[in-house]
Amino acid sequence: MTDPRQAVPRQPVADDVLVRARGLVKTFGEFRAVDGIDVTVHRGEAFGFLGPNGAGKSSTMRMVGAVSPVSGGELRIFGLDPATDGPAIRARLGVVPQADHLDEELTVEENLWIYGRYFGLSGRQVRERARELLDFAQLTERARHKVDSLSGGMKRRLTIARSLINSPEVLLLDEPTTGLDPQARHILWDRLFRLKRQGVTLVLTTHYMDEAEQLCDRLVVMDHGRIVAEGSPRNLISAHSTREVLELRFDLDDHRDRLDDVDGVGERVEVLPDRLLVYVDDGDAAMSAIAGRGIRPLSSLVRRSTLEDVFLHLTGRSLID
Amino acid sequence: MSADTSSVQAARERSGPRPPMRLAERRLAVIGYFATVYKRIWRGSIIGRFLSPLLFLLSMGLGLGSLVDSSSGGVDGRSYLQFVVPAIVATQAMWVAMGESTYQVLAYIKWNRMYESMLATPLSVADVLLGHLLAVTGHLVLATTIFVAVAALFGAFASWWVLLAIPVAVLTGLAFTVPIFAYSARQEGDDGFNILYRLLVTPLMLFSGTFFPVDQLPAVLRAVAWVTPLWHGVELCRAAAYASFSPLADAGHLAVLLLYVGVGWVLARRSFAKRLVR
Ligand SMILES: Nc1ncnc2c1ncn2[C@@H]1O[C@H](COP(=O)(O)OP(=O)(O)OP(=O)(O)O)[C@@H](O)[C@H]1O
Ligand SMILES: [Mg+2]
Repeated sequence: MTDPRQAVPRQPVADDVLVRARGLVKTFGEFRAVDGIDVTVHRGEAFGFLGPNGAGKSSTMRMVGAVSPVSGGELRIFGLDPATDGPAIRARLGVVPQADHLDEELTVEENLWIYGRYFGLSGRQVRERARELLDFAQLTERARHKVDSLSGGMKRRLTIARSLINSPEVLLLDEPTTGLDPQARHILWDRLFRLKRQGVTLVLTTHYMDEAEQLCDRLVVMDHGRIVAEGSPRNLISAHSTREVLELRFDLDDHRDRLDDVDGVGERVEVLPDRLLVYVDDGDAAMSAIAGRGIRPLSSLVRRSTLEDVFLHLTGRSLID
Repeated sequence: MSADTSSVQAARERSGPRPPMRLAERRLAVIGYFATVYKRIWRGSIIGRFLSPLLFLLSMGLGLGSLVDSSSGGVDGRSYLQFVVPAIVATQAMWVAMGESTYQVLAYIKWNRMYESMLATPLSVADVLLGHLLAVTGHLVLATTIFVAVAALFGAFASWWVLLAIPVAVLTGLAFTVPIFAYSARQEGDDGFNILYRLLVTPLMLFSGTFFPVDQLPAVLRAVAWVTPLWHGVELCRAAAYASFSPLADAGHLAVLLLYVGVGWVLARRSFAKRLVR
């Protein structure tokens, strides 16, 4: 029996492309939810889809999960075509859907046992595996509790434990931490880091830029079904934003009115409903320049650029509205 | 476990390509879910299964029956109890079918989305559908067997041939279950189920020769009885309980029930695929 912490041995083979999409399309009637995306995921990496609501993240994940038929383009998972080899692909995947589909009336361990049987594991195998996974998900004391008595974070961990029952090579996580409190999110991130260290390939979606920065080696930024940028979090930030950002708040309804005040101070300015974002390489220098012009904002803040800024720059919109 | 199966089992939990699951394994995996659910609820469920024939026999069979028998000397030359109980065996199968095939199906699609979590695994839509139908078949077998056993204690059957009424009633139940699965998979909320109860199962219970022979019905309602499954199930159950068979008519009844199951299967496959594969 394999330990979940060594579930998948690292196999640093050069041509280890696990997911390959070219011109991938998903339509619902006339509507193009995914509009021709190219994606390549290599073994052992953590790959993210970052995008706002409705960007097409879940639609993409469901195609990669071989449950939603491809409407156009080409998709290969483990080199197999989901249209013809769905069961063989799904046998090797772990899936954490956007909403936990657990049976709330059954116990924690029953949920794992049942799910293991769907992969053809024997009763003995699922019991053994469930024991290891409960330990991994820190749910051992809850094994015999009904699922409906668990907190949101525990349910999420159970869903992740369940997705690992078949020792998957690729784990698909659709918004793994949405709706969880900060502490629960950190516990979850820690578990995902462990999996990654064991060599499990992670493919996840999120609309939290901090999650993307924490977890992803490489990511694509999605908007309206398209990929608008691709790279490591650091590269994306350096390619599409400045090193620092100066945030200025004024006491007025429309921050556009103060655009002239900051003209020429930074490379770029974004106007949000409640503040101005001035993109600069040296925030403190910019702040003194503005003070030198005799401008007194209500408050100011210098911070590093994040993926949120990249998104704002590329799409003109915030990730979370 | 033979060396062969154990090596297959070992390969299933290693990462990399997995040996495909056999048909029987896929069915059993789905049934395993329903069995686990049943393990949790069986006590309440089984009490209901005993209670319903008991209440029925006391009120209809013995209460109403003694009235009918004393005023008209029974029906078809038999006591009312022996006339009505075999029909109720079929009718109760219809009710069990309704109970197991409406809200349950919609819940697994929409509310706890169990089907969806099954479909994320190597299982297919047909596996999930058939596994669930087999689980309902189990409910039908259990409910019918209990009913027949309890009614037999009351002397409701004239012959041991009544044992044949068990598979017949199960088939009658399936003639409802399978098409109702197709119907339920197209619902958004429970309005459609209320319609089904009001316009289908309640009228059918009254007009399928259950409580009185269909020849006492106006021609229109008789036609309804002919084209719906319940009357055919009722006739077959009565034939078994009376041990009086008429091969041609009985074959016709069987054919109608099987047709409902067959057409229902095609429709259910389609509804399930449409709803679950998007
Ligand atoms: N089954 C469906 N039928 C019709 N439209 C759909 C369906 N599923 C998704 N869509 C539409 O496709 C678009 C993309 O949806 P998708 O769920 O992939 O987005 P997402 O990036 O996952 O968003 P979120 O962050 O809200 O989960 C949305 O506009 C959605 O309304
Ligand atoms: Mg989504």
